[in-house]
Amino acid sequence: MSGTARLAVDIGGTFTDLALQDGERNVTAKILTTPEAPERGVLEGIDLILQRAGIGPRDLSIIIHGTTLATNAIIERKGARTAMLVTEGFRDSIAMAYEDRFEQYDIMMERPAPLVPRELRLPVAERMDARGNIVVPLDEAALAAAIDSLKAAEVGAVAICFLHSYANAAHEIRARAVLQQALPDLSVTLSSEVCPEIREYERWSTASANAYIQPVMARYLKRLVDEIRARDIACPFYMITSAGGLTEVETARRFPIRLVESGPAGGAILSAHVARQCGYDRILSFDMGGTTAKICLIDGGEPHYSRNFEVAREYRFLKGSGLPIRIPVIDMVEIGAGGGSVASIDGLSRIQIGPQSMGSQPGPACYGRGGTAATVTDADVVLGRIDPDHFAGGSFALQGEAAAGAVQAAIGTPLDLPLVEAALGISEVVEENMANAARVHAIELGKALGERTLVAFGGAAPLHATRLAEKLAIDRVVIPRGAGVGSAVGFLIAPVAYEIARSRFMPIDERFAADAMNALRAEMYAAAEAVVRAGAPDAPLVATWTADMRYTGQGHEIAVPIPATPFAPGDQTDLAALFVARYGEQFGRSIPGLAVEAIGWSLRLATQTPAPEPCPATRAVAAPAPLRMTRLVDPASAERGEVPVYARQALAQGAAVAGPCLIVEDETTTVVGPRFTASINGLGHIVLERGAPS
Amino acid sequence: MSIANNPPANNPLAMIHQQIMWDRLISVVEEQAQTLIRTGFSTSTREAGDVSAGVFNVRGEMLAQAVTGTPGHVNSMARAVVHFLDRFPLETMRDGDAFITNDPWKGTGHLHDFTVVTPTFRNGVPVALFACTCHVVDIGGRGMGPDGRQVFEEGIYIPLLRFADAGTVNETMIEIIRGNVREPIQVIGDLYSLASCNDIGGRRLVAMMDEFEIDDLEGLGGHILERTHEATMEAIAAIEPGIYENRMRVDGYDRPIDIVARLTVAEDHIAVDFTGTSGPSSFGINVPFCYTEAYTSFGVKCIVAPTVPNNAALLAAIRVTAPPGTILSAEHPLPVATRHITGQLLPDVTFGCLSQARYRDGRPLPVPAEGTSCLWNLFAMGGPGRVDAPPEELAGAQSFNVMSFHSGGTGARPGKDGLSATAFPSGVRNVPIEITEAGSPIIVLRKEYRADSGGAGLHRGGLGQVMEVDTLDIAPFAISANYDRVDFPPRGRDGGRDGARGVLRLASGARLRGKGQQTVPKGERLIIEMPGGGGIGDPRLRDPARVADDVRAGMVSRDAARSDYGVALHDDLSLDIDATAALRAAAARQTAPSTPAHEEPAR
Repeated sequence: MSGTARLAVDIGGTFTDLALQDGERNVTAKILTTPEAPERGVLEGIDLILQRAGIGPRDLSIIIHGTTLATNAIIERKGARTAMLVTEGFRDSIAMAYEDRFEQYDIMMERPAPLVPRELRLPVAERMDARGNIVVPLDEAALAAAIDSLKAAEVGAVAICFLHSYANAAHEIRARAVLQQALPDLSVTLSSEVCPEIREYERWSTASANAYIQPVMARYLKRLVDEIRARDIACPFYMITSAGGLTEVETARRFPIRLVESGPAGGAILSAHVARQCGYDRILSFDMGGTTAKICLIDGGEPHYSRNFEVAREYRFLKGSGLPIRIPVIDMVEIGAGGGSVASIDGLSRIQIGPQSMGSQPGPACYGRGGTAATVTDADVVLGRIDPDHFAGGSFALQGEAAAGAVQAAIGTPLDLPLVEAALGISEVVEENMANAARVHAIELGKALGERTLVAFGGAAPLHATRLAEKLAIDRVVIPRGAGVGSAVGFLIAPVAYEIARSRFMPIDERFAADAMNALRAEMYAAAEAVVRAGAPDAPLVATWTADMRYTGQGHEIAVPIPATPFAPGDQTDLAALFVARYGEQFGRSIPGLAVEAIGWSLRLATQTPAPEPCPATRAVAAPAPLRMTRLVDPASAERGEVPVYARQALAQGAAVAGPCLIVEDETTTVVGPRFTASINGLGHIVLERGAPS
Repeated sequence: MSIANNPPANNPLAMIHQQIMWDRLISVVEEQAQTLIRTGFSTSTREAGDVSAGVFNVRGEMLAQAVTGTPGHVNSMARAVVHFLDRFPLETMRDGDAFITNDPWKGTGHLHDFTVVTPTFRNGVPVALFACTCHVVDIGGRGMGPDGRQVFEEGIYIPLLRFADAGTVNETMIEIIRGNVREPIQVIGDLYSLASCNDIGGRRLVAMMDEFEIDDLEGLGGHILERTHEATMEAIAAIEPGIYENRMRVDGYDRPIDIVARLTVAEDHIAVDFTGTSGPSSFGINVPFCYTEAYTSFGVKCIVAPTVPNNAALLAAIRVTAPPGTILSAEHPLPVATRHITGQLLPDVTFGCLSQARYRDGRPLPVPAEGTSCLWNLFAMGGPGRVDAPPEELAGAQSFNVMSFHSGGTGARPGKDGLSATAFPSGVRNVPIEITEAGSPIIVLRKEYRADSGGAGLHRGGLGQVMEVDTLDIAPFAISANYDRVDFPPRGRDGGRDGARGVLRLASGARLRGKGQQTVPKGERLIIEMPGGGGIGDPRLRDPARVADDVRAGMVSRDAARSDYGVALHDDLSLDIDATAALRAAAARQTAPSTPAHEEPAR
């Protein structure tokens, strides 16, 4: 029989984070990622955390795993040699992309190369029209010729990408059957399965990326699962998806592209959980690790979902410089600003941060591993926010002098700034970058930022959270328990879930076909249910439906939540009203008299999240004596002042301490800004409130 | 807590403080532009991001622009604000006012573009102006096309007017517009979007000024413009002063146009003068000067100062002139609806001048060869009243309008091939074929790179693309052609060959004109072969291995590899090294290959 301990493992760009929960016990660990063989770090981490928890492999009841491996395979172009079978006449669509330039003034810019080179994009005569009628039948002779080419080219994976296959997948399905007969071991992706949605570039980009990473991910998952089983760990093993749901390894093998943004998704789940626990209706979730920062909004205890994502932004992390991936994701903005992000000076003597990151190898200058660039972490060391002797639980000592030298050389000397001001410049600019990203993201969602609670986690976020809150006029910041490994903690709370989206045009007027739509929805539900039930045979399920709707003539749709109940004739009036209300929420106005249409439908089917334990009230208790005093730079005056340092585990529930001070734990440090008071709530989260202490 | 409470000048934090506010200002205009993109109606706004947004000081100098803006808009919008201040002096403006125009000469070049300018007040004092521009779906008149003979045929004209007076919208103007356009709900909706995005910008700016406790933008604006000016001067000073001339012949509507430019690199500015350029056309490809200036300064900036922020200080250092009577200084009431066809060619003209200039250390400037440059959009329509065909052929035909953005190849770049099927200088995105087909009976049977269309060279021009367009309906359909580079190709540079000319024809072989509305008869198919970019450097200097790669990828034919590049391949398309050496040696005996000034041959 399996045990009771739940274990989550999140591989990030710099660190591999682990969180273990066993009843009331919570244990965490953070180790450096091992990019050349990520499973090694995972296994090392598992050994470490089991040892810390004092339990054995048989005590585990579940392992939940998220990884950046899929993303990295695309960024580093280390996927399989991949071919594409494509509708004749359209083999360049994935290279032409949007036919635009994402950087207006740089005449030397390049678009990212497609994952499939032109000579491996093999045309096949066939054609559907937009309604799914066959215009040109599938040319099986051409298919046979393509198979010969595939054999000769020794490809590892194939994506089958036909026009309008979202409307009628028959040709893609037939092509796969023929292909698998000739090449049974080849991994095959159908664009109509991985992304049955209109817009050929996004669908084919998604399909080719899925094919490209499929063999790599399959091998990795096999190695990892074999090793885990070899360690006498027999419990179920799940992967976490980019939409924050658990999925079985089998689905992960079929659609590995759905794993690309899984770590950040775990963080959003944690924030949503904290929101429900503490009764905070509106949250700004802020996750900052070694390489990037992620920001997302949580309303009513739920993150926003989207199906637009871009992987491998090659050009200064600029929007448009990556490959579009249309999969269900938690809607968030990611910017190249983490602890390892490099600070430099541009041609106008302005401080620039990132997107280049030193990662874990060689890491910031203060790591003493050969890195000489000045990073955000180096600035934090100079400012006294990170204690060099107690970084990552004291697992390795940071070199304060190396940090100072790097900051002085990169920023101080060229701008003629004293060391402390140079370091403050770095931290102010990175905090401003994150604040600006949050502002623009909120505008895109049509949401406000003020009066939200900032939930900050990830190794670097608690260092910058109170300053970010000030910039956004936010008065409350929560640093959850386990904040340093927040994404992994989020995995432990995630439901088993699956999302399905389908394109189906439908005018929202008297032509609305309730029966046809109900048939489509029943089909979608059955497909999602099959996947979810494989991982959760009898848990109660929650279905969340949205329609992608727009005013007729507009270029883009908005996702409108619709009731889960089947449509009845005449429901178009209600649907139109839902759209108009949502449109008004997002854009501040609606347009009377304009026709409405829907072009897509999506379903998220998830196991019901148990109601979180309520946050118990606490009684005020005395704060413990500080661990020590440290010299911290005040951002307002650039003066160093003596401030107390508290150990997080020494702060009991109900204890409160006034800023400025530091609260340290193994995986991170919380900087309590001068106008903030920190208290520990009934769940062990640090709650920082701006204003006078009560 | 702010670090930025106007610290004394000797406080080193002041410098950080200024940068933070500059970054914030850029974020403010980005929010302004996003609001417009999210709420706009026109396809070019929503699908293509063809909008501009910016913040100005009270003298009308642009301090920051959103990076979404396309060059034709943003640089002309930058000038438009001054026209508004002339007409409505600052001291007469009140909180809640907003001003509007679609004047092609004082706005952004044609009646389809509306510009809205809004003053921002803080504590009752005007502190800044926000401006934004977008292209509306319809403006009445003939619709979007070059066939008008006077601007009066091109739609309704709204002079510089008050859109809102202390918060009260000018309903009379709204009613007049509503009555004169084909899609009133969408057009009026866009006007409100323009006004509300300026309001968002204004609110964000006031919040920033409150946070940093500043009462005006003089200090910050001065810092931004000073820094930009310094960086611009540094960029210009790196170039050897001199005068460089260029002439480019393009198709025109009914006769060719010569665009003649004389570019002067001075110590502290760059001047471009278009004396000698052809006179105006009888059709709507004429360019109001504001738009000429916008695309010319864009071209200069791309080469001379690509990373310097695009604001008033940068634009002040690029002085553009065109004497009266040219197509680039078109005067009222000439038709200007498709001024972009001509305007988008102007960066290529300035590139030709700048390619002759050198940095003071002797290196040439990084200048591309000529490219397709004007967009090759598919603008098709069908149904009764929309197609020039007998009414009985159109009876029962489906009515539709298709507007999708497409592009040929760009010119080769120094050290790099050109970009295939990519918009330049415009920044618009295409519309997916599946979307086009879902909303019309149009079916696109082919859309792929056009082999051999990229001008041969040490660096190859970008390839154009071929589109084959048919209809699933039983009736003929019409297209509005707005194309150039059909008669005169994009030219190569330094021994690089020209890109392929564009071709517009029917599958049966009949040629169509590059400009104007035409009919695709029933049973016919339209074939659009878009131009390729020009090459740079002698093609015989291109690494034969790269030529072989291009052949294997189908970008260059085996024949062209042989004739243009002097590269021979075996039947399995591997490189035939001996035959290649022989071919190149034979060619060298006839003419010595010329190496482009900026680099050594690949081998």
